[in-house]
Amino acid sequence: MKSKKPSVIRSIIVHSVLIILAFMCLFFFYILIVNATRSHADLQKGFSALPGKEFLTNLNKVANDGTFPMFRGILNSLIVSGASAAICTYFSSLTAYGLYAYDFKLKKIAFTFIMAILVMPTQVTAMGFLRLITKMGMYDSLLPLIIPSIASPAVFYFMFSYLQSSLPLSLVEAARIDGSGEFRTFNQIVLPIMKPAIAVQAIFTFVGSWNNYFVPALVIQSKDKMTVPILIATLRGADYMNFDSAKIYMMIMVAIVPIIIIYLLLSKYIIAGVTLGGVKE
Amino acid sequence: MKKRQKSISYAKWGYYFILPFFLCYFIFSLIPLVDTVRYSFFEYYRSGIKEIGPTFIGLDNYVSLLESDMLRYGANTLILWVIGFIPQIGIALLLAVWFTDIRLKIHGKQFFKVVIYLPNLIMASAFAMLFFTMFSTNGPVNSILMSMGVIKEKIDFMGSTFGTRSLVGFMNFLMWFGNTTIMLMAAIMGISVDVFEAAEIDGCRGIKRFWYIILPLIRPILAYTLITAIIGGLQMFDVPQILTNGQGAPDRTSMTLIMFLNSHLKSKNYGMAGALSVYLFIVSGILCFIVYRMTNRNDSDEAKTAAKRRAREERRRRK
Repeated sequence: MKSKKPSVIRSIIVHSVLIILAFMCLFFFYILIVNATRSHADLQKGFSALPGKEFLTNLNKVANDGTFPMFRGILNSLIVSGASAAICTYFSSLTAYGLYAYDFKLKKIAFTFIMAILVMPTQVTAMGFLRLITKMGMYDSLLPLIIPSIASPAVFYFMFSYLQSSLPLSLVEAARIDGSGEFRTFNQIVLPIMKPAIAVQAIFTFVGSWNNYFVPALVIQSKDKMTVPILIATLRGADYMNFDSAKIYMMIMVAIVPIIIIYLLLSKYIIAGVTLGGVKE
Repeated sequence: MKKRQKSISYAKWGYYFILPFFLCYFIFSLIPLVDTVRYSFFEYYRSGIKEIGPTFIGLDNYVSLLESDMLRYGANTLILWVIGFIPQIGIALLLAVWFTDIRLKIHGKQFFKVVIYLPNLIMASAFAMLFFTMFSTNGPVNSILMSMGVIKEKIDFMGSTFGTRSLVGFMNFLMWFGNTTIMLMAAIMGISVDVFEAAEIDGCRGIKRFWYIILPLIRPILAYTLITAIIGGLQMFDVPQILTNGQGAPDRTSMTLIMFLNSHLKSKNYGMAGALSVYLFIVSGILCFIVYRMTNRNDSDEAKTAAKRRAREERRRRK
């Protein structure tokens, strides 16, 4: 009996802290959703906890705004993020398999090199990168936002750890005996085995690319090529006071809703994936 | 014929498979890096439509950066990071311990996990824009506080240094504490159950359990989290950039290093941008090295522990 009472108090404390934190996380999204459904005039009057009825009107306004082509931006972002996720996971798996399954002279050096640049920020080479793509004629295009994701050290490391834990080399050996070429072995035997790892990393690469702001802001100039984060930034830079505030809320909502939907559908895998590649146990 | 085939070397396939990665890294990271370092020694900028330079000026860019506000921006970055990181690691440790405590029955554990991780995935720029509209003088936060009677006058959150820095710190906290919690949870769950049982038999519970069992055992992951968080902090850009529209207002007290770099890049001041990048490169190189040492702990575990033992003995001797 004696030890039961403190545990009840503890349980109350734990739950109230958790509820406060969850409230903090959700409160802003709640306001966002409510405000996105109200009209500009309503918003000027003050805050209301209940949603309004202007959702579709606001959405329409955002869709038909020529100065901030939000839906074009979403399309661009989808292209960039989708392509990045695809080539990043494919080539990272390829690299990981190359270093895992074969023995060659430079193997150790190559591995050490990748590990050394594992967390190197891309910002430090941004200046040379900008000049390089200008020289290559890729300035103001979506390509320089996609191609560099072939070389993603962190994704490579994740794939490598995954291969270590789940691909026995005897399987590769068996495929060879059956006459499968090396490249075919990778595509038809190794890739299917790596599916879970690829799925997790594809989600993270997609989200990272979707949210990326620094490099796209330097590379993209023309309006019809802008990705969502750049549009949000130009929105901030625009003459804010003369704006329809309901439209601003709707734009922010449109920018983050795709990710929230993905997250709610896949939260189980995403949360499990956070830790997998992080640290070797 | 058949015998020859068996002794075939597959080494070349290894090279083929890793080629795209290295080719891509070489073109899009190493060449730019060399270019960046090279131009850091040149006077090379644009004034109006006229391009000045490039003329070789040695280390002048580095010196003039030291004389400029760079160190101040470095301090800003550090302050903004600390404001966000301290509550982040504190709350994350607390939650990680609670979530992994078997005796503690938490209702809706999965729900809480999903919710606290949510802000991490939200576009930082959109999140900052949302905060900007909500905390502006005629935004909903002011209007809620007014209607609740907490304040009489509207607060200009982004008008003061303290307000802006707190907002940036708060956003960083909100975006990252869930991620850190999940990392630390995995670390605690990695501790063998036997250890906890043995400790419990010896009467080690509550705070003692945290202090003497959990904390020492998750130290490697805690250190890893710290270093990666520092690297993330060094790159802080999206949130303060959008919140202050790139100005670092008020009076550039929330200007971070990357915002400084961004403004040089936007104005095409290549020499200065290069030198600043080299400074950042050196700092992140050191941090990368630390991470490298941590992630490769397993490969040379024995050598490491031996080295550690030696170091400990030496420390004792010095005392």
